[in-house]
Amino acid sequence: MSASGMKQSRLAFWLFLAPVLGWLLLLIVLPHLDMLYMSLRSGSFSHPGWTLTNYQAFFEEPIYWLTFARTAGYAVITTAITLVLGLPVAFYIAKVVRPGLSGALMVLLLLPFWVSELVRVYGWMILLRESGVINFFLLRLGIIDTPIEMLYNDATMIMGLVYTSMLFMVVPLVSVMESLDDSLVEAAYDLGASRLCIWRTIIIPHSKPGITSGCIVVFMLSLGNYLTPNLMGGKNSLWFTEQIYNQFIASFNWNQGSAFGFLLLALSSVIVWAGLKLTRQKLGEVAS
Amino acid sequence: MEAMTNDLSLRSLTKRFGDFVAVDDISLDVPTGSFFSILGPSGCGKTTLLRMVAGFEEPTSGTISIRGRDMANVLPNERPVNLVFQHLALFPMMTVAENIAFGLRRRGVRKDESRTRAEAMLERVGLPGYGDKRIAQLSGGQRQRVAIARCLVLEPSVLLLDEPLGALDLKLREQMKVELKKLQAKVGTTFIYITHDQSEALVMSDRVAVMNRGRFEQVGTPQELYGQPATPFVARFVGDNNAWAGTVESAADGEVVLRTDEGFVFRARGMEGCGAGSRVNLYLRPEAMRLDPKDTSNLNMFRVTLKAILFDGANSRLLTVTEQGHELLVRLPQNRTFDNLEPGREFAVGWNPSSGICFVEDGADCRGLDGEDA
Amino acid sequence: MIRSLPNGRPYIWSFNLFVLLYFVFLFAPLVVTCVLAFNNSDFPSLPWHGFSLDWFLSPGPDRVGVFHDSQNLRAIVTSVETAVCVSALSVLVGTCASFLFEQEEFRFKGALYMLMLAPLVIPGVILGISQLLAANSVGAFLEDTVGWDVEWLRPSFWLVVIGQFSFIATFVTLVVSARLRKFDRSLEEAALNLGANRFEVIRYITLPFLRPAIVGAAAVSFLMSFENFNTTLFLVGSEPTLPINLYLQVRDGSTPVINSISFLLIVGTSILVLFNVYLGRKDGER
Repeated sequence: MSASGMKQSRLAFWLFLAPVLGWLLLLIVLPHLDMLYMSLRSGSFSHPGWTLTNYQAFFEEPIYWLTFARTAGYAVITTAITLVLGLPVAFYIAKVVRPGLSGALMVLLLLPFWVSELVRVYGWMILLRESGVINFFLLRLGIIDTPIEMLYNDATMIMGLVYTSMLFMVVPLVSVMESLDDSLVEAAYDLGASRLCIWRTIIIPHSKPGITSGCIVVFMLSLGNYLTPNLMGGKNSLWFTEQIYNQFIASFNWNQGSAFGFLLLALSSVIVWAGLKLTRQKLGEVAS
Repeated sequence: MEAMTNDLSLRSLTKRFGDFVAVDDISLDVPTGSFFSILGPSGCGKTTLLRMVAGFEEPTSGTISIRGRDMANVLPNERPVNLVFQHLALFPMMTVAENIAFGLRRRGVRKDESRTRAEAMLERVGLPGYGDKRIAQLSGGQRQRVAIARCLVLEPSVLLLDEPLGALDLKLREQMKVELKKLQAKVGTTFIYITHDQSEALVMSDRVAVMNRGRFEQVGTPQELYGQPATPFVARFVGDNNAWAGTVESAADGEVVLRTDEGFVFRARGMEGCGAGSRVNLYLRPEAMRLDPKDTSNLNMFRVTLKAILFDGANSRLLTVTEQGHELLVRLPQNRTFDNLEPGREFAVGWNPSSGICFVEDGADCRGLDGEDA
Repeated sequence: MIRSLPNGRPYIWSFNLFVLLYFVFLFAPLVVTCVLAFNNSDFPSLPWHGFSLDWFLSPGPDRVGVFHDSQNLRAIVTSVETAVCVSALSVLVGTCASFLFEQEEFRFKGALYMLMLAPLVIPGVILGISQLLAANSVGAFLEDTVGWDVEWLRPSFWLVVIGQFSFIATFVTLVVSARLRKFDRSLEEAALNLGANRFEVIRYITLPFLRPAIVGAAAVSFLMSFENFNTTLFLVGSEPTLPINLYLQVRDGSTPVINSISFLLIVGTSILVLFNVYLGRKDGER
């Protein structure tokens, strides 16, 4: 907007700014500062004041930091599996299937993810549990004699996490691959490149922004997931969000819970930041 | 008193963007009811000038007045000027009639009233009954007319047009040139037309300002610009011109004798500063040269060889070359005497000293055949 | 390799098979859930005992169908109310944010933009607990200083709305900004030139242009709010939203009524998604 246009729009500017500032300051900045504050306060009524005991507890109690490390590690594994599965699917939709069909496939791809995560996890539960549909068929076909409990183990939990976050990998990958000019692949082919070589030198480098944003989002979602580990994983609260929940809701130790929350936030921020740094991208670019 | 007859007056108008001077101390009066063009290469500042008049840019210094009223601190939506945008900027979410009625509605004209006036305006621009169509349904020329109708319905003091024909194909552009000129004559509104296409400016305008590097090189009628360019830039930019570099041997009464760098000695009109011994450029129109003239008295004469025929109907030219390798465009006479030309043929060329103009060398490369985009 | 290049049959067929298996993986849990909603059985499992609508329509007392299950019905209503409030609020603020970030220039714009993106990288659980903490602190502060007991600052319907809004508004901002970026600013100048003021420009030119994006963003907000679990878990009060209510039921052992609710959710969501896709198509044709 030009200089004289600006003069007139001062009012408009403030009208736009006010709700946005209200949103970001009151609902994003303030709560997280409060969380930081809480995490540094003592929970006991006898000795109120500043303290680091909440963080100390995290490092001293192996169950806490082991869960933390386990959560981070499994989130990384989930991200890697999602990427490996997502790349060919995205490539198929963007470049292999007939253009008319790719739109329909995209809609099919999106559909399950708009259904509540709870419904999806529930679907897996009735498929996999001891009295579940898969056990029913395996028994019928005589492959097994006694039903197997397929729920409540780490592999199933990871599968559930992959399933839950798949979309957030495939969608950015499809959009970035659609922007790849076919003639680049044709040129490489024409110049004698093999399939592997085309993937390595053309497709993967071109898809980097999509891969980055997909990985960041999937990692984030897995790290912060509560439902899937809780319902599909083991019963003993070994996902870090469950620890946070326990502190808040079961033990009612908000200070300890805040410290855990802040640690999780720090971990996810550091990983996102590192991912962006490694690929030399900006959050703004990845988001759009 | 003077101001009353001018729709637009600029006084020492200047616009700087940082160190860059886009518009440099321009003064101008545009008389009421005229078709005025500003012609210049891209980046010469003409669009900035126009946007200042429309109010989208603020002048660094100088004044703009419209019908005698100073426009400083008048917001763009309150100025009595309307702008036809380069890419028209028709509102795709509205019908044709809604587009045209938009400005009237903003002025508080009632809905049915503005609809009637929009319909009447559509009729005037030759699109009766197009009111309910969507913008996407119109052809390029029709959109053009809607964009102009949308402005004219507000009866502005001045209508600004920012290269509106640029996006059209050649044929339609030729047609729209004539239509625009007729339309302007019919409605009588002052048009200020911006273009980098010299033919658009020459065909339509009553007066043209040639603009270069933020300044006006010359303001005059199309005939004046073509026949008596005031600066070498105008000579190169308006119409086709052949050019020679040379040195003045003697000068008297506005006529000079010069020796071109290839050794020809010519008599020609000398502009200011073309004293004996000065380095000059000689400009000569393709149509000023006559091929194999019968009467050679009082003509500058030299010989050329035909290199190629640039056939273009009535505007056909010959690409010729002198013995020294200097290329010249010569207009192909339309009297069929030269119907069966073959490259390689030699001609004698003669031209009247009054049709060649000398300017003091200005450092620009004038050896190119075409002055456009200098 | 790609469509235009010659591909061997084995390559194409193995690729087709892979993608087919992928889609089976994708839809298996949903299809099974839907099918078992119609099984004439007391448990959401095979064998198949015949087709029945009991888990939708039966009034009880043995089988209580979803249309007679007051607790779940109340949760659905709560979820719809929440989603409507959240999407209205998010669209309003998100559109303001788009105008702010795309059309205005001001100091600290970059910093504010990063702050706007922050909810993308904050896990939902963290967002939930931080909202809970802040609401509690503000509530305690108000009670201590002014003596007000602000009901909605405790876990409640409005706290859920606020919590969900805090990150859904970011998605709206991104969707609307993407469309606004494609907007031809000369249309605004043209409108100004024709005598419109800044608000008339927004009302008559920019908003109509943004409408498809705004409608799409509203639909997405609705869905995101409706299915949200992580953030809601910490903020929910005495009126659970549907995902929370279902979670409590699934955790304590399941009945096929969960299947029938899931079936309704899947159908409803599909309609909304297809509607959104249709809007997107229409938008693309423009």
